[in-house]
Amino acid sequence: MWGRLSLDALPHDMITIGGVVGGGLALLAAVAALTYFKKWRWLWTNWLTSLDPKKIGVMYLVVATIMLLRGLADASMLRAQQAIFATSDAGPISSDMFQQVFSAHGTIMIFFVAMGALFGLLNLIVPLQIGSRDVAFPMLNSISFWLFVAGMVLMNVSLAVGEFSTAGWLAYPPLSGLEYSPGTGVDYWIWSLQIAGIGSLLSGINFLITIFTLRRPGMTLKKMPIFIWAVIGCLLLVAFAFPILTATLSLLSLDRTIGTHFFTSTMGGNPMMYVNLIWAWGHPEVYILVLPAFGIFSEIVPVFSKKRLFGYTSMVVALMAITILSFTVWLHHFFTMGAGANVNAFFGIMTMVIAIPTGVKVFNWIFTMFRGRVTFATPMLWFMGFVVTFTIGGLTGVLLAVPGIDFQVHNSLFLVAHFHNMIIGGVLFGFFAGVTYWWPKFTGFRLHEGLGKIAFWCWLIGFMLAFLPLYALGLMGAARRIDGYDASLGWQELFVVAGIGMLVILVGVLFQVLQVAYSVWKRRELRVGSDPWGGRTLEWSTSTPIAEYNFAQLTPVTHRDEFWEQKRPGHNKQAAPALTSIQVPKNTSLGIVIGMLAGVIGFAIIWHIWWLAFVCLVATIVTVIVATLREDTERIITVDEIVETEKRLRGATS
Amino acid sequence: MKKPTKPFLTPLRITSLVFFVLVVVALGTFLLLNGKNIAVLNPQGIIADKEKGLFIFTLSLGMLVVIPVFVMLFAFAWKYREGNTKTKRRYTPEADGSRLIEGLWWGIPITIITILGVVTWISTHDLDPYRALDSDKKPITVQVVALQWKWLFLYPDYGIATVNEVRFPEDTPVNFEITADAPMSAFWIPNLGTQTYAMNGMNSQLKLEAHTTGEYRGSNTNINGEGYADMEFKAIATTKQEFGLWTKAIQQSDEHLAWTAYEELAQPSRHQPVSYYMLHDRSLYDKIRGKYMDSNTSTSQGANIDHEGMN
Repeated sequence: MWGRLSLDALPHDMITIGGVVGGGLALLAAVAALTYFKKWRWLWTNWLTSLDPKKIGVMYLVVATIMLLRGLADASMLRAQQAIFATSDAGPISSDMFQQVFSAHGTIMIFFVAMGALFGLLNLIVPLQIGSRDVAFPMLNSISFWLFVAGMVLMNVSLAVGEFSTAGWLAYPPLSGLEYSPGTGVDYWIWSLQIAGIGSLLSGINFLITIFTLRRPGMTLKKMPIFIWAVIGCLLLVAFAFPILTATLSLLSLDRTIGTHFFTSTMGGNPMMYVNLIWAWGHPEVYILVLPAFGIFSEIVPVFSKKRLFGYTSMVVALMAITILSFTVWLHHFFTMGAGANVNAFFGIMTMVIAIPTGVKVFNWIFTMFRGRVTFATPMLWFMGFVVTFTIGGLTGVLLAVPGIDFQVHNSLFLVAHFHNMIIGGVLFGFFAGVTYWWPKFTGFRLHEGLGKIAFWCWLIGFMLAFLPLYALGLMGAARRIDGYDASLGWQELFVVAGIGMLVILVGVLFQVLQVAYSVWKRRELRVGSDPWGGRTLEWSTSTPIAEYNFAQLTPVTHRDEFWEQKRPGHNKQAAPALTSIQVPKNTSLGIVIGMLAGVIGFAIIWHIWWLAFVCLVATIVTVIVATLREDTERIITVDEIVETEKRLRGATS
Repeated sequence: MKKPTKPFLTPLRITSLVFFVLVVVALGTFLLLNGKNIAVLNPQGIIADKEKGLFIFTLSLGMLVVIPVFVMLFAFAWKYREGNTKTKRRYTPEADGSRLIEGLWWGIPITIITILGVVTWISTHDLDPYRALDSDKKPITVQVVALQWKWLFLYPDYGIATVNEVRFPEDTPVNFEITADAPMSAFWIPNLGTQTYAMNGMNSQLKLEAHTTGEYRGSNTNINGEGYADMEFKAIATTKQEFGLWTKAIQQSDEHLAWTAYEELAQPSRHQPVSYYMLHDRSLYDKIRGKYMDSNTSTSQGANIDHEGMN
């Protein structure tokens, strides 16, 4: 009846029990607070069932933030183990748990933090910046979000029921095959990624179509803000790469559940094919994350330099070159697998070629400051920190791209330091900059600058302390993912430094939490208008708070920096079209229902509860059919209501 | 948003920058003092020598881009800051590009990458782990089997086998043939150079040579289960005479290794001590690989076995 599920699946060790109890209590507190303040209806109608991308975006960011905290907790355990307990066999963290923790750390940080923050920002910014009222498929957008949540929940359920994968964040077979990982860990990994991945794919297609079809009249491709170009690159990669992930995970799960031999090392299976396929998705994935960060900085630098972006066309060419090239380099993740010299050399050179457009972008950002008037608000500090860390990461990346050097540093902590350089220094710093920059647009108040700056410096210094030693350790011969090493190697000092770096980062995170809490508390004092930074693009042209329909009139666009031009004295204002009524999508619970069903299907397959999986699958199909038959899906906002709303919102800020 | 201009160097910025510099200096000093400890930069064999050279060359070439980036970043941030009255008149808000400068940005990296590309092509062929090393001495063959969680070394020409310790004569090419009877693992001796994946059924080649006698640390770098971090071994380069005596001694050993004993050894175990065996069955390596190459797989796996086909 319940498949593999039994009471044995509950956690046995104190650390996991502590985590589960802590998480459970936090959840309970949230439920109690919602009940006490009678906020359930508000939560349901204003948030959970909303199809407004501004709301969905905020929900993505909330989930990503919570997951960031869990990912950091995992990272702290890894650092503590390697700094304190790795030279003895008596630490509180067993090898098995250590391996679950680093597998979870990588999976969570990439899929549920970086991807969550990415789609959160896309939901918030893309429709506004292209001057649109909504995304192309609002209901699909909600479904994507809830699939992402279902994956996230499944991933965290593994903490309480069963176990997580010990095979690393990409779960190479044969280690992730049935022979060496017979438990439920790898299945949790597969299904939380599979479900969240389908959400990402749907969302990617949705936003791609949004950008291609819903841009403001007059916004030709060459007048699109550079952030939108970066997002196009990112989404093309999502659309082409995520199907590979879905297919690969499906084959691996067939191997594990019905005994096929796609990736086993016997009976004609080929584990090396898996490694190729997972990186054919995995390398573009890196650029899926970093391209939007490039876009964010391309918005921030001109605004804080009060100057147009330097080399727009170069930037677009560079973005598109990176997009295409990112599909031609996957083999550099396994030069040591023994492909011939011709193959290795080809992929090594292709990898270096990506450094060219990336270098061009860095130079163009720096030259945007040239003869500008640069102010150093927090987003600009994140930019400076980004250039420093990202350049170091780029340099070590070029080193890794040379097969002869990769032979000596592959799978060592040098590699770990490199990709954290790119993902923390590139992606995370970019998202932090973006959130700080766009925060006032959506809330009406700025984040406190002083606390933000302290957080920035903690992150930057903590980052250097935590990761520069790892470069050295890698060159000393320390492999990644080790939970123990001989004390006589003399590695411990550097691991301790890395651990201190982790603590400094945690202080930075603490200041970020404080910054948000303090800014919410002091929101009246930090109140700003609809355009606090002197913005250049359309999102700053609408009122704050932003009306549900974003823009009352879709006035045609004539310039690349449209809003900057509009604010100039003597600007020839385009005639705004007459107000008409606006259709907005009605709330629907379809997304949350499908998300729940998908989560249960995943859980049922993991535990081999086949009847439950079947019932939920049928329920999903029926739900979708019923939902598509519904005709009453839109609400009309009349001209009178718009006039009323505009008067209220514009009045609130001016 | 108009505020009175603040000094560029606020207390927070000064404290942070000083701290930042201290961190970098401290780390740098530590590394200089521990230079001997950095295996990759202290090569003891011809492959590792070349790889270190390549590392230093690429790093220096990269600096040609990194240094200008850092200099320009901080120089422009300083010079064009809002409060700087000297440069105010040179504010050009409309400037959005320059063919010359952008051409330079594309040109410099293209030139550098072209140079590096040529070096990469040549060095990748030179360092191909399958390529035989130039030497007037006859190479020694060592067959390596990655197990959960220990390394088995087979010397088919000498009829001996060892666990977690591999010895070979100095200044002589060693031809490692590498496979696994475990999840994918990786064989790496940082002082000697080039790591290689060990995979079920495969026969990866790796050719290394140590300059002089010495004892080096080898390990696994690819996770293959719970005891992965224990998979260390000693790689010991000895004189030719010592090597001869060592092999002779082990050939007299009472411990024999053939299929049954191997199957017992292959069971997962952690902290396996160093041990020596007389190799009873000299085709053991092929039999281990054969576990993963049953007849009905030959068509689909044919291309992946190795460059030489089945031995």
